[in-house]
Amino acid sequence: MIERPELWYVIAGLAAGSFLLRFTFLGFVGDRPLPEWLLRHLRYTAVAVLPALIAPMVLWPAATGGSFDLPRGLAAFVTLAAGFWFRNVLISIAAGATTLYLALYLLG
Amino acid sequence: MRATTSKTPLRQGIGDAAPFILVVSPFALVFGVVATEAGLSIAETLLFSIAVIAGAAQFTTLQLLNENAPAVIALLSGLAVNLRMAMYSASLTPYLGAAPLWQRALVAYLTVDQSYACSVAAFERNPGWNLKQRTTYFFATCLPVIPMWYLMSLVGALIGESIPESAALDFAVPITFLALIAPMMRTPAHLAAALVASLMALGLTWVPYNLGLMIAATLGMVTGAQVELMLTKRGLFK
Repeated sequence: MIERPELWYVIAGLAAGSFLLRFTFLGFVGDRPLPEWLLRHLRYTAVAVLPALIAPMVLWPAATGGSFDLPRGLAAFVTLAAGFWFRNVLISIAAGATTLYLALYLLG
Repeated sequence: MRATTSKTPLRQGIGDAAPFILVVSPFALVFGVVATEAGLSIAETLLFSIAVIAGAAQFTTLQLLNENAPAVIALLSGLAVNLRMAMYSASLTPYLGAAPLWQRALVAYLTVDQSYACSVAAFERNPGWNLKQRTTYFFATCLPVIPMWYLMSLVGALIGESIPESAALDFAVPITFLALIAPMMRTPAHLAAALVASLMALGLTWVPYNLGLMIAATLGMVTGAQVELMLTKRGLFK
């Protein structure tokens, strides 16, 4: 169970912090250029943070007590493969969800 | 029949962003469902979506809170996911930096993947646009997408309780993220960043307070930047 005052602090902090991230350059920096080394690292934030977040969720899902689950593993693989192939978010989600339910039904 | 270029920025913005309703709606719906499953009330879920408007960061924070990670770690991880918004902000500045402060603040609040992607593409296509046309276009791209984000979060929260465990909704988050990540692998540098980050995350799960995530992500970013430098030197980048 998520503790109560903490949840509200985190929501407020995330709202304020996200606004500041979005406002920083537009609001404070204006037209001054940013150092190239900083931009070069910022370019890879999304592709580093998101995979790091989900890799353990894929291999050791909480729903199966943290042990590898074949239907979930297959679904993740198909989603990723479809994403590389079609480069379309909706098609990948549909492919992954179909695989998950089919595998849960057949192997579950 | 009128040519595309003769459409007003308002209509162009709405038209360009409209297809994203299909991406944003299910994502918001799943957030609403997952949030209520984690014990958030309907009001808390809706407030979360209105205050933050960033699906990936909201999921990240919620996931960590649900795993009993310390609040500070949950918050920092969510902000780390949103670091790309700072990049978006930097990239919009040359186009919208001259707008009045209240408009820039509103643009900042409304900067999401969809409004950003549409706007930068449109600004590059229409170098002749003045500031008013650019801001109009930006706000127009938000009209179809942002209200849908609020609305579908609410719908998800309302139906959340009625979804059975066999729906395996725990896996909605990884699937949605994988689907978002795959098309981002545009260069070997992106791929290297993602690979290093995920391998390190798997290897560092023993690190307390979920700090392994932050370390893994930092190493991934450094890897991406280094590979980009290396490829650029050899004339192989982009």
